Amino acid sequence: MKSKILSIVIILGLFSLALSACQTQSNGPTTLTIMTHDSFAASDSVIAAFEVANNAKLVFVKSGDAGAALNKAILTKDNPQADVFYGVDNTFLSRAISEGIYQAYASPVLTDIPEQYKLDATNQALPVDYSDVCVVYDKAYFVDHNLPVPQSLDDLTKSAYKNLLVMENPASSSTGLAFLLATIAQYGPDHYLDYWKQLKANGLVVVDGWETAYYTNFSGSSGKGAQPLVISYASDPAAEVINASSPVTDSPISSIIGKNMCFQQIEFVGILKGTEHLVLAQKFVDFMLSQQFQEDMPLQMYVYPVNSRAKLPDSFVKYAQVPEEPATLSPEVITANRDQWINDWTEAILH
Amino acid sequence: MDQRLDRGHSTLTGTDQRTRTRLGIFLWGIPLVFLAVFFFLPLGRILWTALQAALKSTTIAFNIRQVSEPLWFTTWQAVLSTLLTLLLGLPAAYLFAHYAFKGKSTLKVLTTIPFILPTVVAAAGFNALLGPRGLVNLGLMHLFNLSSAPITFMNTLGAILLVHVFYNTTIIIRVVGSAWSQLDPRWEHSARVLGASRWQTLREVTIPLLRPSLLAAALLVFLFDFTSFGVILLVGGPHFTSLEVAIYQQVYSMLNLPLAGLLSVVQLACTFLVTLIYTRINGSRNIPLMPHLNSEGLRTAKTRSEKLFLHSMTTLLILLLTLPMLAMVLRSFLRLGADRGESGAVAIGFTLQYYQQLFINSNQSIFYVPPAQAAVNSLYYATITVILSIGLGLLATYAITRSARQARWLNTLITLPLGASAVTLGLGFLVTFNIPPFDPEHFPLLIPIAHTLVALPFVVRSVQPVLASIPASLRNAASVLGASSWKVWREVEFPIIGRAALVGAIFSFTISLGEFGATSFLARPDRPTLPIAIARYLSLPGDLNYGQALAMSTLLLLVCGLAIFMLEHIRLPGVSEI
Repeated sequence: MKSKILSIVIILGLFSLALSACQTQSNGPTTLTIMTHDSFAASDSVIAAFEVANNAKLVFVKSGDAGAALNKAILTKDNPQADVFYGVDNTFLSRAISEGIYQAYASPVLTDIPEQYKLDATNQALPVDYSDVCVVYDKAYFVDHNLPVPQSLDDLTKSAYKNLLVMENPASSSTGLAFLLATIAQYGPDHYLDYWKQLKANGLVVVDGWETAYYTNFSGSSGKGAQPLVISYASDPAAEVINASSPVTDSPISSIIGKNMCFQQIEFVGILKGTEHLVLAQKFVDFMLSQQFQEDMPLQMYVYPVNSRAKLPDSFVKYAQVPEEPATLSPEVITANRDQWINDWTEAILH
Repeated sequence: MDQRLDRGHSTLTGTDQRTRTRLGIFLWGIPLVFLAVFFFLPLGRILWTALQAALKSTTIAFNIRQVSEPLWFTTWQAVLSTLLTLLLGLPAAYLFAHYAFKGKSTLKVLTTIPFILPTVVAAAGFNALLGPRGLVNLGLMHLFNLSSAPITFMNTLGAILLVHVFYNTTIIIRVVGSAWSQLDPRWEHSARVLGASRWQTLREVTIPLLRPSLLAAALLVFLFDFTSFGVILLVGGPHFTSLEVAIYQQVYSMLNLPLAGLLSVVQLACTFLVTLIYTRINGSRNIPLMPHLNSEGLRTAKTRSEKLFLHSMTTLLILLLTLPMLAMVLRSFLRLGADRGESGAVAIGFTLQYYQQLFINSNQSIFYVPPAQAAVNSLYYATITVILSIGLGLLATYAITRSARQARWLNTLITLPLGASAVTLGLGFLVTFNIPPFDPEHFPLLIPIAHTLVALPFVVRSVQPVLASIPASLRNAASVLGASSWKVWREVEFPIIGRAALVGAIFSFTISLGEFGATSFLARPDRPTLPIAIARYLSLPGDLNYGQALAMSTLLLLVCGLAIFMLEHIRLPGVSEI
């Protein structure tokens, strides 16, 4: 029996070896590997269009959340696992650049993208999409309780909103971190903790991550939790309409998009150093920035296109909100301080 | 080299000794090579990388409290969780080992299912039951006209402990129960006849006889609680930080590999220490006993106190271990209505839509996978995990039983992966297995191999106490009567350890089905397992996505329940039912 098991293992191993050998020998399409985070999604037809046009086979390697994927890219930079890496956001951007995982590529499509998204002047990392992390609220709660919707960060510390806000832990969630950064942009690195202490005194609820905050604690989602205010995405009102189990005419939730109430997350794509398919990789980056791919993103990933030619789906135009003045911090400042800020916040709010 | 060694031996001790040595090397060699390649190599590489990063960075700014606080919390919550699990698990193990009652096999499957649940699903179940809008709180609010939830469960220490008990009670039931049912009741009877009280018999006869299994089960539970990650994060909330949670945060949020490496080493050292203590206490003082194979010891509850015990125990198990799952299943058929008025007044409607939607690729995503395909992927990996872990586990168990000297360190080595940080090991896999054809893309076997690392200690811990208790006289008798050594194994040893091996197989199977962490690292996006598919739905906003995640979880429960049921009813030749 033992030797049988062993031989099965060996056969299986040889089998997968043979399979991979076949793949490399065939003269079919060139394989391009794209490393992404788990949230990446795209339409079948859009990906097929690129594959057909370029005689390519696209392989996507998902590597956990944004932090996990970047870690993988950094740890394997001497022996890259992919040709293209998509999914670094502006809170990790400087780190990715300083680790030297990317090679520069000035895509011609960049001309269609507004300057505000091009955070990397060296063009190693090219903007693909953005989303705004805001305070999202349960409309019915505020109507039922005759309560005005809070309009500013300061409002959230008022006693009328005691125990109503749930957020994600910035140490384990990029959503929570984004909101922390919004408050740092608003109050400055010397005073933001004072604001947080007031929020804490006003019954702030902190949970580990987005899933818990949105589905367990937030009253506006199908989890029907206890808090009517949650830190989440400005596109959620549209998502709740699109993914409603019965057709609805209006979204049950909305986001608060006043000045400095939201933090803009921008995600980037780049070509990894050491790729053997540079031309194809460049074509794919062009494709990700092109109108076709950019128009596919909103309904697949609930993010906004950066290409100004891309049209938004109707449900986004109707239900999703775009803050006019989101809070911003430069990627260099974020990289230099993020560990300190997260540690200080943890010390002040969780301990 | 082998031959030279052997020749030297043969002049001294003859052919018998030669085959014995060769067999010995074969027995411990294979599991050892497996561990070396798939555990020590990746772990060593990632820790080496962390060390290099630490040496390179000019400012090593970390506070000793970042290590000591998680270590202290992790330790005491694990001790407390283990004690509570024993408190529930031991009477339950006794119940299953000694009583025949209606619905026993169903209850046994039900108590096993929690073990496979991915933490996101278990958390959703407990939330559906005890959360702020869970069934219990909604019921109480309705009954007593309350405006807010009377019970705060989520994000408390109590929740962490309860969910740990929920997960691990089955380990005690299976490991201790299996040994308990094989205990010859005549030992206890003799003690009673000789005038020992019930308590004395338990203390001086039963517990010493059960000690190897008891210690083994306690060790497994402790290590599971010690390396707990999802439960602490999702149920305990951000106010509690275990070592594994701290490692996760350092790796993924801070990209601070040196500190993560240090925390992993601390965690590994603790596992090593605990396992060493276990081997020391357990020692070689197993008492060989004539095993008791058939189920003649099973009895029905007759006296009032027996009936009371039976009923209260089954009720407790159903309440604690199945209600959270039941709440989740229920929730997957319910839509909480759109006309939400007062908080608390929630309109409820029945729906099959979440299930129907699972079969539709509504937004033409390239990553859509039909639920049946995800189930097939899961079952495929689980089957290979069972083959690998039983094969390697039996080899290792025989190696451990043959020589007390090898036993101590082989035992420890095999248990180590259970206490290693999954996050760190996952990164280790990435930096080690990244050259085709040995990368996750071309070598899907990496997934069952990673699962086998966790399952292996379970197989060894299940089989070893039983194998060690077979008296040599039994084998010798068979040999003297002319049986070949193969025949001795097949006719004498296998029927005795078969039952325990099946327990190990069930553990391997369930570990693989529910595993999320390593799989999320290694699975190809077009070949997700059920837990990966569940996590995908949960990461998107919208009622439909949440509903589909619950529906998919219900499917996972179903697949797992059926599989365990079938495994339990495999009739091995000569082996009685578990």
